[in-house]
Amino acid sequence: MHDAPSTAELVAAVKRFIDDSAAPQLTGHAAFHARVASNVLGTILRELEQRPAADAAERKGLLSLLGTTQNEDLDALNRKLCEEIRQGRMDVETAGLLDHLKTTTIAQLSIDQPNYSGLARALHPRS
Amino acid sequence: MAISFFLVIVAKMGSSEQITSALQSWAAAKFGADARVEQLKRLSGGASQETWAFAVQTAGGTRPMILRRAPGGESKARSSEAIGLGMEAQLLSKAADAGVPVPPVLGVSEAGSALGQAFIMDRISGETIGRKILRDEEFDKARSLLAAQCGRALAGIHSIPADSLPDLPVSDGMSQLTKYEAIYRNFDLPRPVFELAIAWLKAHAPEPQPLVLVHGDFRLGNLMVDEHGLASILDWELAHVGDPREDIAWICVNSWRFGQSEHRVGGFGDLRDLLDAYAQAGGPQFRPQDIDWWEMLGSLKWGIMCMIMYEAFRSGADPSVERAAIGRRVSETEIDLINLLEGARTHA
Repeated sequence: MHDAPSTAELVAAVKRFIDDSAAPQLTGHAAFHARVASNVLGTILRELEQRPAADAAERKGLLSLLGTTQNEDLDALNRKLCEEIRQGRMDVETAGLLDHLKTTTIAQLSIDQPNYSGLARALHPRS
Repeated sequence: MAISFFLVIVAKMGSSEQITSALQSWAAAKFGADARVEQLKRLSGGASQETWAFAVQTAGGTRPMILRRAPGGESKARSSEAIGLGMEAQLLSKAADAGVPVPPVLGVSEAGSALGQAFIMDRISGETIGRKILRDEEFDKARSLLAAQCGRALAGIHSIPADSLPDLPVSDGMSQLTKYEAIYRNFDLPRPVFELAIAWLKAHAPEPQPLVLVHGDFRLGNLMVDEHGLASILDWELAHVGDPREDIAWICVNSWRFGQSEHRVGGFGDLRDLLDAYAQAGGPQFRPQDIDWWEMLGSLKWGIMCMIMYEAFRSGADPSVERAAIGRRVSETEIDLINLLEGARTHA
């Protein structure tokens, strides 16, 4: 497979086209949707960069919480965790659970909406 | 307007002449033969009804007004939550009687008439965009008054006898939790943070309060604010009979603080100021911690509402990039839930 240009380079080029060429010529709803589209490409760029490490860390946390070494994908592991919480076998006092969820949510939000106010609060809690 | 910044509504062409002509007849009957309807313009927003701006010109001057109208003038089977237009007009009149700042209702028209099912109210001037209200200098004074004004207005809304509005839906905290949990489960997109919040809310359900009329979407975006503060409360489509703490908490949900997290009430005010004004105006004396459970429920509800909007994309009903993107806002409510759960654990 060719990797020049890379996926990130291609996405960044499309984002630049929207921001610098297309969006300035649009008005009304089309301009609004162009801004949303540009933000989505920003999300994709952050995801390309951050997702592999975030997924690996999430997987490690899930395996440790669930006490398993089974070779299941993230979705299956998260479904298991959801079931543990739903059945009352884990709750907010379970050692490591809230920390794991906080770490994975911070990682997800750093990709999705890095400027959201709740992220800053999670990273720098007030005493 | 209810979730209006996510909605894109395209006006149906061809209907504006018909509406102008119907409004013209109404205005002539109400204000005299010289009254002229001008500047009819479709506004975006409103989850289930059309909203139009127009003005009536008479010898006495120009009076700006709003038309709220059922889509195409015909009342459709109502969505599970939104109340009908007739009920909305009744609520506005009762709220005005209770001293709540709302636009005066000037006329009501029934299905089958030239205008269709609709009502007309004065157009109050002011700002509804949260970020402007929180940041612009012209609202400096308004921001300092707004928390207490919201407290008084909510006490007024909650004092309206709900038995005078028999057709309103009834929905308290636990029934909302049950309803939203069912919606979330139906998507089959499991999210551990939501599971933890649902479990925590079930385990810590507060003592029920006597049910009252609640606005149901009381937050920045639905509050018209001018330089003196709260000018008018808009968008009553989600009104129902419920727990008074629901309204107080909804404006505290971090998603509605528009980046100004440090001020719990809407990003502008202190919750104690709101609660004190609420009690002085005749409401029960709540403490800030009485609102915590409801704020967590509010963040969970908003998160699931974002999933509902994403579902419109996933199902193919609305393939727009905007509906796809909203699915990536669910994590905002997850971090808010984590912050609230951490706080609840610390205080336990």
